[in-house]
Amino acid sequence: MKEFVQVTVDGIAAGSIYGAVALALVLIYRTTGIVNFAQGEMAMFSTFIAWGLVQADVPLGLAVLCTLGLSFAGGMVIERVIIRPVEGSDPLALVIVTLGLLILLNSGAGWIWGFNNRAFPGLFGDETLDIAGVRISWESIGITGVTLAVVGLLFLLTQKTKVGLAMRAVSMNPESSRLAGIRVGRTLMIGWGLAAAVGALAGALIAPSLFLDVNFMGAVLVYSFAAATLGGFDSPVGAVVGGWIIGVTEQLAGHYVDFIGSDLKILVPLGIIIVVLMVRPSGLFGSREVARV
Amino acid sequence: MSLLEVEDLRATYGQGHVLHGISFAVEEGQIVSILGPNGAGKTTTLRAVSGTVQTTGRIALDGHDIQGEAPDRIARRGIAHVPEGRGTFTELTVEENLRVGGYTRKDGLRDDIARVYKWFPRLSERRGQHAGSLSGGEQQMLAVSRALMLRPRLLLLDEPSLGLAPLVTRELFRILETIARDEGITVLIVEQNANLVLKFADYAYVLESGRIALDGDAGEIQADEAVKRSYLGV
Repeated sequence: MKEFVQVTVDGIAAGSIYGAVALALVLIYRTTGIVNFAQGEMAMFSTFIAWGLVQADVPLGLAVLCTLGLSFAGGMVIERVIIRPVEGSDPLALVIVTLGLLILLNSGAGWIWGFNNRAFPGLFGDETLDIAGVRISWESIGITGVTLAVVGLLFLLTQKTKVGLAMRAVSMNPESSRLAGIRVGRTLMIGWGLAAAVGALAGALIAPSLFLDVNFMGAVLVYSFAAATLGGFDSPVGAVVGGWIIGVTEQLAGHYVDFIGSDLKILVPLGIIIVVLMVRPSGLFGSREVARV
Repeated sequence: MSLLEVEDLRATYGQGHVLHGISFAVEEGQIVSILGPNGAGKTTTLRAVSGTVQTTGRIALDGHDIQGEAPDRIARRGIAHVPEGRGTFTELTVEENLRVGGYTRKDGLRDDIARVYKWFPRLSERRGQHAGSLSGGEQQMLAVSRALMLRPRLLLLDEPSLGLAPLVTRELFRILETIARDEGITVLIVEQNANLVLKFADYAYVLESGRIALDGDAGEIQADEAVKRSYLGV
């Protein structure tokens, strides 16, 4: 039983990361209608920046904060320079552009920082908390807590602020938004900036448990796609809940089902993606547009 | 000087909606209508003024050239456009739709929302509902209200009667006229329903195949049976 709780808590922590990256995917999908295959590499690039700052003796917390700011700016630049020219093209062209961005960031990071594994320092230390014999790492608690805080902040931003209202308006009807005086391009840039920052945070949170290298977000992105698909690609809440379901399922399956083990864990999200797409393509929380004329 | 001056406006886009150099003016405080059959270029003319279609020629608001400016910038200059199809944000609530309409405003948003609810009590009853769940008439009221939230100097209306029951349309026009007169809002309205719009417009232009066929006081055009038969099909 203790073991079960421990594995579940680890699953929730891992799931929080998947949920955070899924949230970044949802942010971009909702504002620009693009499935951003480069989200993982954007987070990887950001994490390398944080790592570089730490190497330059910047305290870890400050390094991560600076990275979030830089990632926000970087996300805005990517939208303006790479995405804007192909905005409104057919979906296939957009997929190719984000795949190109993926390769660009991957090779760019390799060129700058090399292809070796790097150790990334943990934000929450190595201590564990003992609750009735169940040992829970502060890292798991910290990761889950930070993710919840980010979700809460994003919720407040999109639901309660003027910028958030503009983001929602633009995602539904850009033409009509322009007629209301909203600067649509600037709003899309903010969407990409936020997604880049959320992804960067996820990268910095998970890097300590993996090794940092140019491909370290690859598997995470697959889990995140599963989370976003399961939750519904246009639902921020769904992204996070989907992340937890994927994370817990992955950990439990890896721990208790012998033939899956740690090697075949990646099949879990892929299986979930396939099942969701067959049974309920809009996901658990995804909405279908309701309109009456 | 007129509030809106358009000279030699030309446009080519879409399925043959073409303007062949039209010129017209809208005086401050007036309700001006552009009439004409389907495909005459009415919608294109409005879209040219709000900057949502590429054109050549001169478009001036208050003597200031706005031709070629981006739509969001033109909106911030005080031109509100209720597009064909109403442009409703279906998944936002009624009140959020109004807030989007007032996006460019720095203050007074709350008072203006209250004002809109006074004009259209139906919207007040449905303020928390998704706009997509409203009836056609209510959505048109919302579209007009969203435009009014901009506190426009010039309100562009594209076929507000489209898809509405005659009774609903008359009610909408009645409220529109009251608001425009009371608030001193200049209105440029495109309509196919000539009889209806001529009753409340001051001046009208008749557009045919991308050219202005004739113009005059709304009352005169309405009185001239020959004009109405040959150009407006009524």
